[in-house]
Amino acid sequence: MKRSRLPLPPQVAALAICLALGALATPAAAEEVAVSIDNFTFTPAEVTVTPGTTVTWINNDDIPHTVVDKKQAFRSKALDTEGKFSFTFTNAGDYSYFCSLHPHMVGKVIVKAGG
Amino acid sequence: MSRHERPSSETAPRPDADGIDRRGFLECMTWAGTGILWSMSGGVASGVGLGRALAAEPVKALTFLQISDSHVGFDKAANPDALGTLREAVARIRTLKEKPAFMIHTGDISHLSKDKEFDDADQIIKEAGIPVFYVPGEHDLLDDGQGKAYLDRYGKGAKGAGWYSYDHGGVHFIALVNVVNLKAGGLGNLGVEQLEWLENDVAGLPSSTPLVVFAHIPLWTVYPEWGWGTADGLEALSYLKRFGSVTVLNGHIHQVMQKVEGNVSFHTARSTAFPQPAPGTAPSPGPLKLPAGELKKNLGIATVNFVRGSEPLAIIDTPLEG
Repeated sequence: MKRSRLPLPPQVAALAICLALGALATPAAAEEVAVSIDNFTFTPAEVTVTPGTTVTWINNDDIPHTVVDKKQAFRSKALDTEGKFSFTFTNAGDYSYFCSLHPHMVGKVIVKAGG
Repeated sequence: MSRHERPSSETAPRPDADGIDRRGFLECMTWAGTGILWSMSGGVASGVGLGRALAAEPVKALTFLQISDSHVGFDKAANPDALGTLREAVARIRTLKEKPAFMIHTGDISHLSKDKEFDDADQIIKEAGIPVFYVPGEHDLLDDGQGKAYLDRYGKGAKGAGWYSYDHGGVHFIALVNVVNLKAGGLGNLGVEQLEWLENDVAGLPSSTPLVVFAHIPLWTVYPEWGWGTADGLEALSYLKRFGSVTVLNGHIHQVMQKVEGNVSFHTARSTAFPQPAPGTAPSPGPLKLPAGELKKNLGIATVNFVRGSEPLAIIDTPLEG
């Protein structure tokens, strides 16, 4: 089996460890957060992130869903199975969203500056 | 023969009846003795049987057909060939001895509102050789124009998001749209504009006019936890209270359910694409994957017979198989 094995530069390794530790301390402080859609449910239903974070929704259901902000800050197209939608949150605030096809599906993204 | 016949245990709809009996979630749901004759297992044969029964009536019956939730484009495990099962449903319609006057399609024609999906559905449905009246499901409004594709294709002469009414054989038919502008946390929604239109639409009708109302999502609350109901459905029904015979036909939940409340009979049809679980019996209302051989027993069409002067309409749900 061929696989290139580039040695990891020490700086990168150190950065990775810092990021990992940071993630342990404040789980949602990373700049990429994933929300999965399973069984007509957003999981996790609520995430808290810092400004600049990109949240990506992934639909794992056999039925299409959408991700629509109640105040229309964002609106995805229909996401078929394995479809993804990303939005980068630059402004602090609470973003309540839902699936416009199945509006009983609701979720929330809380954006606030890290302490 | 009585049209108030109780379905025998053999003909009762096992999965649906099971789910409801177990849950007991709708005490008012009446499976038998309501005046609605329906047969789940007889296929065309029971349709013919009822046809004979009705032929004994002195008044000529109006027969029309309901299909629903064809989800053309769906290809997941629950049914890899939704187009094929729609084709079978239409083939079944063509074998009916008494040709229905027309067909209503209660929405989710397509799975993702793609042109090809609509094209494929149209191609097959037109083979039934009868006029078709459509209402959209939420899956039909997923184009970039959020419903423009549907309206361009099916909405000629309709109001707003696609609602309209028409008369046939002394019956007033009302087609409603409850899949637009859905609110977070909520159910199906008709909206103020459509409700006003509905109130005006029936204002001039004598109370003796039989009404048939059809829309995609059930107008009655079936199971709010899964969004199976219409937030302002009761308001719509309040305009219809004075009418002696109101039949409400819906789709969306991919299974047969019915109840009678006063003069209003509610009925939901099977899908031609895939079944969904009975309320609360699964983690979600997602497509139900059945053991091999079970699928077509849980897909089907509904034939509706209306006899002038009789109370409710007679609805026969016919599965594709079994």
